[in-house]
Amino acid sequence: MKILTGNDLKSGAVVWWDGSGWSLHVEDAVDAGDQADAILATESAARRVNAAYAIDGTRADGTVRPAHIKDRIRALGPTVRMDLTLKPADPEAGSWVI
Amino acid sequence: MYKYDSYDQAMVDTRVAEFRDQTRRRIAGHLTEDQFKPLRLMNGLYLQLHAYMLRVAIPYGTLNSAQMRVLGDIADKYDRGYGHFTTRQNIQYNWIKLDEAPDILADLASVEMHAIQTSGNCIRNISSDQYAGAAADEIVDPRPYAELLRQWSSFHPEFVTLPRKFKIAVIASDTDRAAMRLHDIGIQIVRNMAGELGCAFYVGGGMGRTPMIAPLIRDFVPLDQLITYSEACLRVYNRYGRRDNKYKARIKILVHEIGKEEYSRQVEAEFAHLLTQGIEPPIAELERIVPFFADPAYDLTAPDAIDRSDPLFALWYDRNCHAHKQPGYSIVTISLKPVGGIPGDAPADQIRLMADLARDFSFDELRVTHAQNIVLPHVRKADLYDVWQQLDAAGLGTANLDGIGDIIACPGLDYCSLANARSIPLAQKISERFAAPEKQAAIGELKLKISGCINACGHHHAGHIGILGVDKKGVENYQLSLGGCEGADTSLGKITGPGFDEDGIVDAVEKSTEVYLSQRKDGERFLDTYRRIGMEPFKEAIYAKEPVNG
Repeated sequence: MKILTGNDLKSGAVVWWDGSGWSLHVEDAVDAGDQADAILATESAARRVNAAYAIDGTRADGTVRPAHIKDRIRALGPTVRMDLTLKPADPEAGSWVI
Repeated sequence: MYKYDSYDQAMVDTRVAEFRDQTRRRIAGHLTEDQFKPLRLMNGLYLQLHAYMLRVAIPYGTLNSAQMRVLGDIADKYDRGYGHFTTRQNIQYNWIKLDEAPDILADLASVEMHAIQTSGNCIRNISSDQYAGAAADEIVDPRPYAELLRQWSSFHPEFVTLPRKFKIAVIASDTDRAAMRLHDIGIQIVRNMAGELGCAFYVGGGMGRTPMIAPLIRDFVPLDQLITYSEACLRVYNRYGRRDNKYKARIKILVHEIGKEEYSRQVEAEFAHLLTQGIEPPIAELERIVPFFADPAYDLTAPDAIDRSDPLFALWYDRNCHAHKQPGYSIVTISLKPVGGIPGDAPADQIRLMADLARDFSFDELRVTHAQNIVLPHVRKADLYDVWQQLDAAGLGTANLDGIGDIIACPGLDYCSLANARSIPLAQKISERFAAPEKQAAIGELKLKISGCINACGHHHAGHIGILGVDKKGVENYQLSLGGCEGADTSLGKITGPGFDEDGIVDAVEKSTEVYLSQRKDGERFLDTYRRIGMEPFKEAIYAKEPVNG
């Protein structure tokens, strides 16, 4: 699947295109398919999200997993500060990234 | 230490107001990101993996306690309760909100600090010896000259759009504690045969994807021509440095490609011209700056003896305290490398504690080291035990300076958008592998440095053991190098061979130390043994095939 991601203009937080807006949670990401470029162009013009780009990913068991480790770390947070990630209570979070 | 005059303060305050307006226009949608990005970068505001990151300049690594306290308060008020001290003697905050960035700059300006020129193709923060003004082996305090260079390079209209970023280090002792020859310009204050002070200029060093050791361009520039000669060096670079390829745009490439003789010839010609233009600041300005760095009012009766009856204190003293030029005093290095910790990270409470200790025990002064530690430069030996107890109680008493646990590591892929691999987890695993004090003591001085990409912010080229993280088809992989050194005998590490995964690289480091321990002669450091026996014994051990059972 083709996922769209960027950073929120004001907070800088990593966000994911959920079909109608931007979510903080990668599991909300939808497959942008062949609309990826058009969505990115529209959203870039709206100036709410910085440096948005399209990446490859997979969906399995309700979880969206970006293909590259860099985007998995972006999705979760720093692997060395699990207390600062979006899922600090999830003991499996670290293995999901790596 | 230096105090802003009205011009300094006005420049910084004006920049805060300007950036506040730029930020307001960006949030309102009046500026695109392409328009805004160069403006925020001029103020040290990057966009990293998880959020905006603010890099704050700490000129030549020197701070007073009020400044340090504000750095801790910023971590609490605007970030997530911690800051990261960097290999360029700065501090970074990782979780900044855009609309709060101008408020942070205002808080910084209130204690004579800023984030100007911590990004972009300009002259960056001037770095220096963290022991400046306190070391027994320096011929003069280098910081007045670093301060003069700071003033010259701040908003210098000719050098705000250089081909690439530009880093200058200034030292004044033969023991190079600032990696001086791995800077674009390294300046060593020296005396000539007549006893006069001047500067030796090393130009064209650097790390990154093409590491180079700066050659000596001129062995003596009179101190009253320091700025003019620096200007000549920059002008030649600005004129001929490549702007068509960012990977070949640093001055090291120019000096290497045209040769140091030709570069030097052009600098001398430009220097001769500039001398006729009278650009050197009046000597009165240097004379105004120097007293800011006068020695503090030392207690001349301070006892020199140390009570070593507490073995843990004695271990810390031997490891983390350095000879001071004033009898009865020590230079204290506070390690920000606890076992399993994140190199350079400090929570706000620790930052404020270090500020308090500086106020109470070190004439209100602190230093940030390029090895991501903090220095209290002037502590009475009689106060050391008290200082150590307070540090230890706060988790800051780790005794590992310059040992294998004192690892430099860049933020790596956990934070940095440029990184290819994570650095911090390796530092944590290695420090845990070598956690036993007796193991570290047996190994002695061993500088281990880790970078998460070829940009080499973790100085891996200069590590006795260096580790470089690379992306191998989407999987983290780590190259090992041996033999780097950043001191007076600067050398660049050589890669051992094929890379390793995360666990394999930790094993390879351990095997390297085992070779050293088995091969060393009396008094040899890891680096000395490597230089004597060469790479082969290490390679044999690192890449030895495990015996097949059965």
